[in-house]
Amino acid sequence: MELLRLTDVSVGYEGKPVATGLSLTLQEGDYLCIVGENGAGKSTLMKTLLNLRAPLSGSIVFSDAIARNEIGYLPQQTLVQRDFPATVWEVVISGCLNRSGLRPFYTKAQKETAQQWLEKLDMASLKKRSYRALSGGQQQRVLLARALCATKKLLVLDEPVAGLDPIVTADLYALIQRINREDGITIIMVSHDIGAALQYATHILQVSGDNNFFGTVEEYRQSALGSLFLGKAGEGHA
Amino acid sequence: MLEKLQLYFAYDFVKFALVVGVLVALCAALLGVTLVLKRYSMIGDGLSHMAFGAMTVAMLFSIAPIYLTLPVTVLSAVLLLRGGGKLKGDAAVAMLSVSSLAMGYLLLNIFKSKSANLSGDVCAILFGSTSILTLKRSDVILCAALAAVVIFVYIFFYNKIFAVTFDESFARATGTKASMYNTLLAIITAVVIVLSMNLVGALLISALIVFPALCGMRLFKSFRGVIISAAIISVCCALAGILISILYGTPVGSTIVAADLAVFLVCVIIDLCKGGRKA
Repeated sequence: MELLRLTDVSVGYEGKPVATGLSLTLQEGDYLCIVGENGAGKSTLMKTLLNLRAPLSGSIVFSDAIARNEIGYLPQQTLVQRDFPATVWEVVISGCLNRSGLRPFYTKAQKETAQQWLEKLDMASLKKRSYRALSGGQQQRVLLARALCATKKLLVLDEPVAGLDPIVTADLYALIQRINREDGITIIMVSHDIGAALQYATHILQVSGDNNFFGTVEEYRQSALGSLFLGKAGEGHA
Repeated sequence: MLEKLQLYFAYDFVKFALVVGVLVALCAALLGVTLVLKRYSMIGDGLSHMAFGAMTVAMLFSIAPIYLTLPVTVLSAVLLLRGGGKLKGDAAVAMLSVSSLAMGYLLLNIFKSKSANLSGDVCAILFGSTSILTLKRSDVILCAALAAVVIFVYIFFYNKIFAVTFDESFARATGTKASMYNTLLAIITAVVIVLSMNLVGALLISALIVFPALCGMRLFKSFRGVIISAAIISVCCALAGILISILYGTPVGSTIVAADLAVFLVCVIIDLCKGGRKA
């Protein structure tokens, strides 16, 4: 079932477009990676999808199956969070807030949801620990659990493995894949890591000026733009 | 010493001072945790300077100050704190606050130059000196009502305030009305600052906002723990400060701030003994 459709969308800051002519359709259960070079507009596009800024032109349509407050989001960590006094539990359950309305406290069902995600992400034993004392990978799992409390359908991730070591990175990718396959949650991930994108994703959106690509991973490998970008990425690693 | 206290407690104004002191300290501590964590520690300072400007104008027209300072401060707070709060941040706060401080003093000098006690008035506004001991019953009732509203709002929206403080873009992206809660925070911050001016004066307000939060953050690792400990520390310091100032005739505001500073140092020592904060 279709979840999201972008038609000829331009995104940018203060009227100046960064990326133009973006079109895509996303089905429920897809795993989309948004790739592109620095400054190509990946993050701007993501913020536009999340309604943090308005598109300059074009249309972004979410299907009736998903409401604005049913999107989970894993942002990059901010400076404020580094020394924020909060327990793992306080952070995770705050993800349930978007469906609380004006109710001042969390319901039993919301607490159960938070507990379930903590267990699924192997974080239940750290529930009462201080968030700021955790390792980078553990903090990322906490924020992932919070994002999952906010959604049953769509999860948007902003470079989730930035700054993590290779082992933790692999764990996190495996975890996101499980969430996608077992829980049927659609994934949109902004990523620098083209290798992982090809390995885990079902669809690729490459943002590059006015020459964008959207399609399945297979189509991307065979496209001219894809092979060019892959070649470049390969050179970069060599 | 006890006799002396008993003697003082026979007077209404002393009881009023204690009630107002406790309520204001409590509100300032609650708000302080959020402001410190959002990196808005200096907002109290800035807003109180604007309140000073409004207060001088009120004095010139002989209006009860709070009817002018409250709206002016609320308006400034909403303008400064809203929209992510980065209205060229620091510079805007510094510019507005210094201007209203200077304009206020200028106005007072031009129009009230014959008043014998000009420096006394200004000193009272800036340092709060004795004003808390001259509170009237109506002041206390107004103050108590506003404080009750602030506390109620804070408890009712506690979880939302946590979310908006911890990660505003997450809250916004997942459908929480973050800008509404920011505006709400701005308004109650302004109310707390206007109330605090009675207690410690315009220049010392930051202490009331910052110290309890910093103490709590040294002692506890959960948000709730920090909030509750900050509130308790703040109330105790205010009580101690007021009682000491009654007994020894020291200025109320400075004494409360001194108590806050002392408790903060104790908290730092406790924290160091526990092995310091993990990064």
